[in-house]
Amino acid sequence: MTAQEKKQLMAMACRVRMGAIEGVHSAKAGHPGGSLSAADLFTYLYFKELRIDPGNPHWADRDRFVLSKGHTAPGLYAALALRGFFPQQDLLTLRQIGSHLQGHPNMNETPGVDMSTGSLGQGVSAAAGMALAAKYQGKDCRVYALLGDGEIQEGQVWEAFMFAHHYKLDNLCLVIDNNGLQIDGAVADVMSPYPIPEKLRAFGFEVAEIDGHDFEQMEDAFAKARQTKGVPFAIVMKTIKGKGVSYMENNAGWHGKAPNDQEYEIAMQELRAQLAEVEGM
Amino acid sequence: MAEVKKIATRDSYGNALVELGKEHADLIVFDADLAGATKTGIFKKAYPERHFNCGIAEGNMMAAAAGASTMGLVPFASTFAMFAAGRAFEQIRNSIGYPHLNVKIGATHGGISVGEDGASHQCCEDFALMRTIPGMVVMSPADDVEARAMVKAAYEHVGPVYMRFGRSAVPVCHQEEGYTFRIGKGEVLQDGTDVAIIANGLLVAEAIEAGKALKELGISAQIINMATIKPLDEELVLSAARGCGKIITCEEHNILGGLGEAVCGLLSEKYPVPVRRIGVNDEFGHSGPAAALLKQFGLCAEHIVEVAKDMCR
Repeated sequence: MTAQEKKQLMAMACRVRMGAIEGVHSAKAGHPGGSLSAADLFTYLYFKELRIDPGNPHWADRDRFVLSKGHTAPGLYAALALRGFFPQQDLLTLRQIGSHLQGHPNMNETPGVDMSTGSLGQGVSAAAGMALAAKYQGKDCRVYALLGDGEIQEGQVWEAFMFAHHYKLDNLCLVIDNNGLQIDGAVADVMSPYPIPEKLRAFGFEVAEIDGHDFEQMEDAFAKARQTKGVPFAIVMKTIKGKGVSYMENNAGWHGKAPNDQEYEIAMQELRAQLAEVEGM
Repeated sequence: MAEVKKIATRDSYGNALVELGKEHADLIVFDADLAGATKTGIFKKAYPERHFNCGIAEGNMMAAAAGASTMGLVPFASTFAMFAAGRAFEQIRNSIGYPHLNVKIGATHGGISVGEDGASHQCCEDFALMRTIPGMVVMSPADDVEARAMVKAAYEHVGPVYMRFGRSAVPVCHQEEGYTFRIGKGEVLQDGTDVAIIANGLLVAEAIEAGKALKELGISAQIINMATIKPLDEELVLSAARGCGKIITCEEHNILGGLGEAVCGLLSEKYPVPVRRIGVNDEFGHSGPAAALLKQFGLCAEHIVEVAKDMCR
């Protein structure tokens, strides 16, 4: 990755974070914490990794992305808008009556959304089904899914892991957003899913452990995923919930709460400052 | 009179999948460790590369089928009705129903006629559960001929479909020749004027028998096969209500939430007439031979006759 490319991704990630915050603030509801922890991943996927065409969102041979942790839709929507799937001003209609931006992703309403999700644990199964179908059809497209670390408490997730390994879905790449927090507190306290990489390896996955806010590590991990044959791949990324907004960072209270006007101003100021810093690099 | 041929509709399902598979490479099958019982094993034998066992993990199976359908395939997902409509309800609701995906659910072992396995496996709730999902087609065939035609119609229909098939062999009451099946259309098997008997599944054969017995008693019963519970053939139900003024519904399902309530819901709003619902009276089943259980729970011609006599007194 060139320095210029890294800088562009970092700047875009700031814009994705701003879009997520704008949406949640406008809706007066939504999930900023996990949108921000995954903002770098959304950026990397939509601006570097995925084979997609915003002008043709139903292109049959496109790569698929399933947001299994569907509540972090504000982050996904911001990335889709910035990538050109729909106008950025739509982000301000999030969760409003008549908006195509539902509280959780709706594949039939939002251009670029490949699967309706929101009920935790189901998106990963859908992604596995897509990967299986692609193999049966002889398509070379790849399927990606993002799961929360709290989400993997759902038993169905492990059913999907077994399925992915059993059918040798090496066209499937799962990402676990290990921000360490869920609604009721630390995942370790609520119902520990740890150790996550070891469990995934035991289920037959090839695993990469990365810093989810480091694009170079992401590039290496996704390259490794593409080269892995015969088994599915999982990236366990350590992240900071609320990353980029000081008062939201590592605070479970910001899992599903919108900032008020004052908090919004602070968040946007911080993000604008980060963007200016990146652009000045 | 020659003995009536009996075939379980789960066999019809497996056979129909093979027939469809010949013509349509986009048809794939998922099962959850019950391929032998759901009869998707017949399809597996013919097309092993298109049959995917998901193991005992029905939630994942339904959502994986949803994902596969987004790729343009037409997945048929199968397990027992209890574990399809019951265990995987929320996966069907959120990953298949809400996005209105083109997944066909072939649920076998519906109702009390599962027999010896007992209440844990006797699903009498599936019509109710599936009916509440917007856009879901819910069907239950009467016999082999209808079941095979139904599977083809389900393939051709774009959108989610739930089909319930039975474990036990049931009389073949349709002639193959000239038979057509249409989703959402009921079928008048016998005209009558005193009472209309609207049945589905294995109760159709019982309703036909009841119709004969009632004729002997001087009661003219209209017999209707209502294989599609949703969307309900409202026109036919209303015409039966207008023509007979009395309705009996018969289903191998809890009287709550199934065909009976669908008929009552329609009639109470559009043409109120007395309705009696024959079904499982909000109780669990138990172990026993299927035929004996059906008699014990009143899911038989004799009981239909008693109810009709009572209504027509």
